[in-house]
Amino acid sequence: MNNMSELRAKCKERYEKKLSRPRVVVGLGTCGIASGGDRVMKAIKEEVAAKGLDVDIDFTSCIGMCYREPMVEVAIPGMPSVVYGDIYPDKVPQLLESHVVNKTPVYEWAAIQIPGDATPLEGIDIMEKAPYYEKQVRSVTSRLGRTNPESIEEYIATGGYEAIEKCLKMERQAIIDEIKKSGLRGRGGGGFPTGNKWQFVYNTPGEKKYAVCNADEGDPGAFMDRSVLEGDPHAVMEGMMIAGLAIGADEGYIYCRAEYPLAIRRLNLAIAEAEKHGLLGDNILGSNFSFRIKIKAGAGAFVCGEETALLNSIEGQRGMPRVRPPFPAVKGLWGKPTCLNNVETYANVPNIIRNGADWFAQMGTDKSKGSKVFCLTGKINNTGLAEVPMGITLREIIFNIAGGIQDNKKFKAVQSGGPSGGCIPAEHLDTPIDYDSLAAIGSIMGSGGLVVMDETTCMVDVAKFFLNFTQLESCGKCTPCREGTKRMLELLQKICDGEGELEDIDTLERLAKVIKNSALCGLGQTCPNPILTTLRYFRNEYEAHIVDKRCPAGVCAALLVYVIDAEKCTGCGACLRACPSGAITGEKKQPHSIDVAKCIKCGACITRCKFDAIKKA
Amino acid sequence: MAEYDVTGETHKEQESPAKVVQEKKDPLQEDHRSKQFADLDRVIGRYSRERGQLIRILQKAQEIFGYLPEEVQAYIAEKIDIPVSEVNGVVTFYSLFATEPKGKYTLNICMGTACYVKGAQTLMNALKEELKIDEGETTPDGVFTIKSTRCVGACGLAPILVANEDVHGKISPGEIKKIIQTCRKGESVDNKKH
Ligand SMILES: Cc1cc2nc3c(=O)[nH]c(=O)nc-3n(C[C@H](O)[C@H](O)[C@H](O)COP(=O)(O)O)c2cc1C
Ligand code: FES
Repeated sequence: MNNMSELRAKCKERYEKKLSRPRVVVGLGTCGIASGGDRVMKAIKEEVAAKGLDVDIDFTSCIGMCYREPMVEVAIPGMPSVVYGDIYPDKVPQLLESHVVNKTPVYEWAAIQIPGDATPLEGIDIMEKAPYYEKQVRSVTSRLGRTNPESIEEYIATGGYEAIEKCLKMERQAIIDEIKKSGLRGRGGGGFPTGNKWQFVYNTPGEKKYAVCNADEGDPGAFMDRSVLEGDPHAVMEGMMIAGLAIGADEGYIYCRAEYPLAIRRLNLAIAEAEKHGLLGDNILGSNFSFRIKIKAGAGAFVCGEETALLNSIEGQRGMPRVRPPFPAVKGLWGKPTCLNNVETYANVPNIIRNGADWFAQMGTDKSKGSKVFCLTGKINNTGLAEVPMGITLREIIFNIAGGIQDNKKFKAVQSGGPSGGCIPAEHLDTPIDYDSLAAIGSIMGSGGLVVMDETTCMVDVAKFFLNFTQLESCGKCTPCREGTKRMLELLQKICDGEGELEDIDTLERLAKVIKNSALCGLGQTCPNPILTTLRYFRNEYEAHIVDKRCPAGVCAALLVYVIDAEKCTGCGACLRACPSGAITGEKKQPHSIDVAKCIKCGACITRCKFDAIKKA
Repeated sequence: MAEYDVTGETHKEQESPAKVVQEKKDPLQEDHRSKQFADLDRVIGRYSRERGQLIRILQKAQEIFGYLPEEVQAYIAEKIDIPVSEVNGVVTFYSLFATEPKGKYTLNICMGTACYVKGAQTLMNALKEELKIDEGETTPDGVFTIKSTRCVGACGLAPILVANEDVHGKISPGEIKKIIQTCRKGESVDNKKH
């Protein structure tokens, strides 16, 4: 294994050389690109060429602060490196002139600084102490936004592939024992102990076994797996290799959803690089362990995140779940014993092996060890990615890290666990985040999406949204899910349309119970959760829709009337022209009015009014 | 045709302009068509030796033809020797397979939770109003198709619009108009702020 130490030394040397040069680094994850990062990159290249600046240009993945994208880091040796937020192409010349040429940071654009060995700058938050990062840990996300994700050299220089090297010298059972000892539980939602799962596959006899990575990330509002795949693809691959070695598999599949083209591209690149360096393929690092990884792109079906449906999809069929047992550990891909884990689960493995099970287990709570990556979205100030130790409270995440609710509105609920999860109200904000506490209040940990809702969100409408989702995504194999989601959706629609009766609530509850107990797979078994939790915590909103025919949040169109505020209306006529049903009348320069009988509540007038004069009541 | 379709889209029988154009027996079009089938043959040749590659073949076929008309589904079924019903079952199961031709620009509004909470429905209404077509339809000139998409993982920048492959964050109804204008001029969509 001499050549590995040589390779590692060479990678470190090159990486240090890179760090010793002045650099401008653009964040080019999906979020960065979506907010214009690629154009910023172009502007930087042009400016550097035009001015003949002596500075290297590089890119990285997402550092987590989506709300400040596009982000650009300027690193001048001897000075703290500064990460800037909201850098659009028009800011590039000034940024480069000031920070690269004159070595003076542009303080008002700076988001955080990373001092390294240099003396920190006054007036810019140091990353670890910045409000967004103070309560975070960086383990799975340690390379995100820090290294170039398309460079295997940087992965190796920062400790990558040390874990597989170590494992190759261990007994296979010892690797599994180490994972068991760490207390790692599946990050795909279910929270099954990873070591135990590996043990089952290890114990199942068989010549051919598979290690499969679930990168389907179907939960809308969640993008942890995407960020990890885009930012640290080798870590996921190394985790899979270690699993393969432990359970006795020589082949792995990554099933990635097609909506993530950048992740797929970076994975393909990472696989090719690893093969080139003898880290994937036959006789890895001179051992008798051989392992190959293939990528399968999904084609758009939520149920394919369910493990048995996913296996069917890899086999090229419709992604319909299989009856369990037999579990994939016994009969998985092409009938062979298969270890199936989530992206983040695998990405945790190299760190556990490198730093030891105890290091991992000291983070988190008694039954939920380690850290978890969450996606903070919805009506909060700071949207983005945050890795926190298990056991931190929802309040800390929403009000410290995410910076509270937008526009000073009132917090109403946070949705965790996606379509299988629930809406958690303010009274439970002090619940610690771990698998069991979230289950106790009717939600689930899920994969890590946290969607925050404020007073302008209607909880009945949200329940309807999720049911609409599960109804469309139900694969149709089992009747309770196929028919049940449809019936529940109809009832919710009826309530939102103002035609609900109080019995409908009872019917919803009864249906929910039956479906929970009788559906074939997790999709059906958990799809009533959004209804059950909103009924449990926001029953008064259902009752307002049914009894008072009123939508308290002002969302359900059928229950609203549009009125024009005569004080604010200037009589410009914009609304009159926009109204498709001729419901608005009024003389020029005189306040207009809406005929409620003709109004179809499309909202076209509100979008057109420049004077904020039209209200929903 | 679709017995069960997860996308919930109704398959419109009406002929869209793109299809009409293709069916005229113009020699140039014929040429183009046979080239497309030659490409498809190469794809099938490359992948059919491995097992479980039907989805990949269909993905590649959709790249070649833009969508998967019955003719193409039947062709693939025959070439890899499986029933057309199985191919059609897979095509209609997954939401990314289209059985209708799309316009030059497909404008997708993300209807994931994060985007929905941030007003994706209002965006969708604005888009429909602007183009005077419904979701899943194509404008008569064959330029725009409106669709809703599943979460693309840029939820931190919600609400999201995806114009063909380009993801745009923090979209407002006003910006939708700008995007449509740039598309009309045939330029690449570049509304990103400043
Ligand atoms: C409807 C449904 C959707 C799921 N979607 C995902 C998903 O997108 N990603 C994922 O990792 N697990 C998903 N799961 C959980 C998987 O079935 C499986 O438990 C998990 O991938 C196992 O990996 P883990 O033990 O590492 O969490 C889903 C489950 C169900 C029932
Ligand atoms: S919910 Fe729209 S991108 Fe995720």
